[in-house]
Amino acid sequence: MTAVDGPATLPTDRRADEPLISARGISKSFGGHQVLHDVSLDVRRGEAVCLLGRSGSGKSTFLRCLNLLERAERGIVMLDGDLLGHHVRRGRVHRLPARREAVQRQQLGMVFQQFNLFAHKTVLENVIEAPVKVAGRSRREARADAVGLLERVGLAEKVGAYPGQLSGGQQQRVAIARALAMKPKVLLFDEPTSALDPEMVNEVLQVIRDLVVGGMTTIIVTHEVGFAREVCDRFVFLQDGRIVEEGPASRLNEGAEHAATRDFLSKVL
Amino acid sequence: MADPGRDAATSDTSGPTTSAAPAASGGADAWDRHLAELAAIPHARRLHLLRALLAVVLLAAGTRLVWSVVENPAFEWSTVRSYFFSDPVLTGLENTITLTALSMGLALVVSVLIANMRLSDNPVLRATAGVYVWFFRSVPLLVLLILWFNISLIYPTFSIPLPGGGWSWETKDLMTAYWSAVLAFGLQQAAYTSEIIRASLLAVPSGQREAALALGMPPGQIFRRIVFPQAMKIAVPPVSNDLINLLKATALVAFISVPDLLYSVQQIYNRTFEVVPLLMVATLWYMILVSILSLGQFYLERWLGRSAGARVSLRARAARSTT
Ligand SMILES: Nc1ncnc2c1ncn2[C@@H]1O[C@H](COP(=O)(O)OP(=O)(O)O)[C@@H](O)[C@H]1O
Ligand SMILES: [Mg+2]
Repeated sequence: MTAVDGPATLPTDRRADEPLISARGISKSFGGHQVLHDVSLDVRRGEAVCLLGRSGSGKSTFLRCLNLLERAERGIVMLDGDLLGHHVRRGRVHRLPARREAVQRQQLGMVFQQFNLFAHKTVLENVIEAPVKVAGRSRREARADAVGLLERVGLAEKVGAYPGQLSGGQQQRVAIARALAMKPKVLLFDEPTSALDPEMVNEVLQVIRDLVVGGMTTIIVTHEVGFAREVCDRFVFLQDGRIVEEGPASRLNEGAEHAATRDFLSKVL
Repeated sequence: MADPGRDAATSDTSGPTTSAAPAASGGADAWDRHLAELAAIPHARRLHLLRALLAVVLLAAGTRLVWSVVENPAFEWSTVRSYFFSDPVLTGLENTITLTALSMGLALVVSVLIANMRLSDNPVLRATAGVYVWFFRSVPLLVLLILWFNISLIYPTFSIPLPGGGWSWETKDLMTAYWSAVLAFGLQQAAYTSEIIRASLLAVPSGQREAALALGMPPGQIFRRIVFPQAMKIAVPPVSNDLINLLKATALVAFISVPDLLYSVQQIYNRTFEVVPLLMVATLWYMILVSILSLGQFYLERWLGRSAGARVSLRARAARSTT
């Protein structure tokens, strides 16, 4: 049911069913308050995993640890064979300099609850900023790419608008196009529809659905359980910074096993 | 607006109980007609009698004031006219302008540096910046100016020691009156402006930085392309204020005999005793310069505010048209 890249795109020594992203033993505290306890997760190429849990359970922190916006105290993240944020030298793990971290982050796209479009740049400038200034692509090529992406999210006519002139749903779709413009290997969504008026939720979910169907590897934090069940392959349920249950997304239908998951589902459904 | 509550109220055959209501026996139709009649009446503008009165008084007083200036012989307007474009005045004007521009340029560069140091994670950088701001805000500008002018008394030579010899200069050759003024104004202004820059940097929402990080931008680029431009938009009004203040504060260089606008007219009226008209020459030039700066500020703000978008300006226009 998931699209898996052909083996030709993979290094010869790696199998196609090997996880694209593996987190192991992620632990994180904020000032003595431990928010994540030894969280591990594997996501295969083309898989869509949804991350569920009550507010404050550590979903955002976990996503932010994956793309190094937050520094885990323990644990590692491996993306497509790269150890993120660290390198091993003489048997010890060292932190990478900021510049190398930045290069690694290009492989993970992130879509935020509050969109976070660059307020002083037009829609087109938002989308081509990183491809041109970070990836060093030519302006013409980046522009053509950007227009294609904006067409895909249904906003080709808004290239010249500023974020402040768009609705929330439109802003979030631009944010998705902006993340895609860097051609990331995985896309992280942190409650992409939670800040939207109800009538705009669907236009954004539709864009995410298209991406998942198209084979994009995604980790989606969401309270839209119906959407998760329909679109995602797997769910992971976090409680107080621990994974208490995971399984096929279809199980969100039949009823989860863990009492905390069932309780959560009964409240959001 | 299909409000069920209101529908129920208007279709209520007993009719509302307000005094404006037509006879209750008329029922819903009559009430609807009554509402339609009310809705058709054009809205009158509210009269602001007190405001109008105040405006008349202000206009009258303003005219009187302007007239008292124009017709007062003490101003000697013909003398003002004869000196307005004279060579010493224009030279003074040029010095005032370059002094202000160089000082503000220095202040901007140093203030961005100091602001970043104050926001740094490194405690030594933070403390250094804190001491800088503390020192330059504590010493009066005039004292600072005279101190820089006399710096050769404290440090007679200035040298850059290098392993292979290095360089050395006589401080009094480097520190002319003009350049000691640039340093005094620029460095003190930097202390004040750095606080504006720091606050403006903090006012940019943290999501902007995070989004840039998530796209893989390196830190220097995030500052230059994302955070700083947005902070500038916030900083322009208070920094413009600083610039205008600085322009007028440069008149202090008269104390160390730099021939700026004020010092030039002083030299003339010391000879001719035409004190008032020559002070008017300087005053008018300062007013012209400040007007130009204000105009520049207006256009800069408009340009930086272009991303605020049509929504905001439409709302502003709507708000204006209702008052
Ligand atoms: N920067 C931070 N500083 C201190 N505490 C934080 C910070 N970020 C998150 N937390 C705390 O960590 C916990 C998990 O937060 P978060 O990951 O945002 O949860 P979720 O996304 O599941 O709602 C919460 O208790 C929150 O208060
Ligand atoms: Mg969250």
